[in-house]
Amino acid sequence: MASSKIVPASPKITSDADLNAKGRRKRQLQTTLAFWGFVGPMMLGLIIFAYVPIIWGLILSFFDARNTITPTKFVGVDNYASIIGDDQFRNSIVTILIFALFIVPITVFFSLWLAVMVNTVRYARAFFRSVFFLPTACSYVVASLVWRITLFNGLPYGFANNLIYFFGLDPIIWIGTANPPYYWVVLVTVRLWLQVGFYMILYLAGLQDIPKELYEAAYVDGARPGWATFRRITFPLLRNTTIAVLLLNLIAAFQAFDEFYNILGAKSGLALLARPPLVYLYNIAFTNQNYGAGAAGGFILVSIIIVITLVQGKLLGFGRSENQ
Amino acid sequence: MSSDAYGNKGSRARGVTRRRFVRSAALVVGGSALLAACGDNTVAPASSTTAASGTTATTAAAGGTATTAAAAASSGGPITLSHWYHQYGEDGTQQAALKYAADYTKANPNVTIKVEWIPGDYDSKLNAALLTPEGPDIYEGHLTNSMVQAGQVAPLDDLFTDDIKKDFDKVALARNTVDGKIYGVQMINDPQLFYYRKSLLDKAGLKPPTTMDELINASKALNSGKVKGLYMGNDGGIGLMAGNLVYAAGAKFLDDNNKPAFNTDAVAAAWAQGKTLASSNTLLVGAPTDWWDPSAFDQNLAAMTWNGLWAMPTITKTFADDFGVFPFPAAGPSGKPVIYSGGWAEFVNPKSKNVQAAKDYVNWLWLKSADKQQDWSLSYGFHIPPRISTANGAAALKSGNAATVVDLTNKYGYGDLTIWNAAMGTALTDAFTNVVQKNADPKAELAAATTKVQAELDKVLKK
Repeated sequence: MASSKIVPASPKITSDADLNAKGRRKRQLQTTLAFWGFVGPMMLGLIIFAYVPIIWGLILSFFDARNTITPTKFVGVDNYASIIGDDQFRNSIVTILIFALFIVPITVFFSLWLAVMVNTVRYARAFFRSVFFLPTACSYVVASLVWRITLFNGLPYGFANNLIYFFGLDPIIWIGTANPPYYWVVLVTVRLWLQVGFYMILYLAGLQDIPKELYEAAYVDGARPGWATFRRITFPLLRNTTIAVLLLNLIAAFQAFDEFYNILGAKSGLALLARPPLVYLYNIAFTNQNYGAGAAGGFILVSIIIVITLVQGKLLGFGRSENQ
Repeated sequence: MSSDAYGNKGSRARGVTRRRFVRSAALVVGGSALLAACGDNTVAPASSTTAASGTTATTAAAGGTATTAAAAASSGGPITLSHWYHQYGEDGTQQAALKYAADYTKANPNVTIKVEWIPGDYDSKLNAALLTPEGPDIYEGHLTNSMVQAGQVAPLDDLFTDDIKKDFDKVALARNTVDGKIYGVQMINDPQLFYYRKSLLDKAGLKPPTTMDELINASKALNSGKVKGLYMGNDGGIGLMAGNLVYAAGAKFLDDNNKPAFNTDAVAAAWAQGKTLASSNTLLVGAPTDWWDPSAFDQNLAAMTWNGLWAMPTITKTFADDFGVFPFPAAGPSGKPVIYSGGWAEFVNPKSKNVQAAKDYVNWLWLKSADKQQDWSLSYGFHIPPRISTANGAAALKSGNAATVVDLTNKYGYGDLTIWNAAMGTALTDAFTNVVQKNADPKAELAAATTKVQAELDKVLKK
């Protein structure tokens, strides 16, 4: 189908076999050229900037490579052993699991809720859709700095502290104490604000795919609009969207770096409070310049993400069709 | 629609694509391997230039001015050298750096210095750039053994004549020496210590603290609602206290045989005191800027603060003479006051295509031009020039609080160890964080950190 769009079918097919073959070859050449014209640059970029570094990283992970990215001395699985053996790496996995435990359900809940709300609104639809989607366009770094410096700073004049002062509470050090761990509020809210609009759009698309007739039939059968139809019709029919949102969200959570790096830092005493795997690996590779161990850690993390995604997909039945 | 014909064509096209894909992929991978090989090769010629230039350099150093040496080294046309700075906070520093570069070009018309002013995480950006053949020719940084092993720094022994060595701060010289070779020219010494508001301390009837206990008491006494007692950074002082408490307890990171020497009872007791201070609820945490920026102190958010000598001009502007300084106080009976003396050193990248020209420029700027060293050290923030004669000639460091800092630094100063790397620093900070934030036992944490540091030492030293 795609090829028919690129090369229009020739209007008449001549009976002359020779001419026919010539024409076909020409068409074929055109198709090939068009294919490479479109796919080539992207493929080249992918190879140079994704596949080569991945292979290079895999090789490096079995070598001692300090202050250099040239494999120097083969050390077998030493790098992998040292990463897995480091309690700080295991702590970082626990940290990211806790983070995912907060952020994934909250994001699913709010994006679904927003999508249903925006979908039912009768006026200024475009406005509401874009206003909730807008934060997606904001950079994680900028948002993190706003959260850290303006909204959640520890001074009495910070936004959050002004807000709680209104309720008669003392100012809180949001970022900087382990007990109670208020920094989770900062970390979770910034990501929620940034990504909820994107998942809302996915849910909106899902909502608009649900046939109106189902609701009409339900009303004829005596169902009342609201919770009953949402629970029996809307939510079950959004199953595939929900699974996609869960998977994407979990993978994104495991790759969290920007807000942790910009709110808690990589090297300060705060970093240990919540150091996700990527910040841990960033320190190893780019601060300690131990690129072999850093690469090994990257592959361990990827394996963990793959395993969790596969298990989750299996449990939720990702890719199963509706009637199975 | 003749779907058959299209189907046929499609499948054939796909067949071709797959084959071509594999072929072109192999080409790209092979090509990049070639590129990488070239990347490796550049190291070898570069180091041979270093060796070659080493011989010419002796004549330059002994012979005439830097100008002639540069001209000799660069007889073949114009040279551009890239010079990396981290982003200094004080106004006017970038303009000063550009002016030095322009002055050098004026004296050596065939050499252009391209100043790169790097904001943000300078170390990481520098480390990444040093891996490539296109790294900076001249850069500032902090020397480690790994940098020497990885060939990221060119030896500069030929720049240090006996006269210069005699006239150079001993700590700064040792800080830039590995295995008897000098690799860096210290640009500035940056002692760090406590600043306090005299009027607030007087009002509370206190003297500047000389022990950790007194510091804890002072922080409690000065803490009053809007003005917190002490500011030591947004991590609640953890990063600063972890290392300083080791030295303040009379211990050190590593002994003379490069064995961990920080796991002592005195340090464990000092860390317990550090925890008391950190959890006294009298520290300012969550200020808009971190401790190295004096804004929080200037805005009266805390009565005492940790900062560097560099912040003194700004603090003087705000409080005139209503402030004083004191070193990190002694912790425990075996302890002593300490002052961490950091700073920056200039290095020449041996992978540079113009190692000799880069060395000439470093020689001119940081060893020969006393006026520029004075300007850099004292016209913006305050720093102590590592050249003893230059420091002695600095009027701004002769009186008041600045003179006190110089005296204290001479008496109590300690510097970084080239063997101590970021991984060891992280191990120590992590251990202290566990003590403060997670109520861990200092002895156990120090023992755990010792194991990690030893493992890292084994890796670094075995090369």
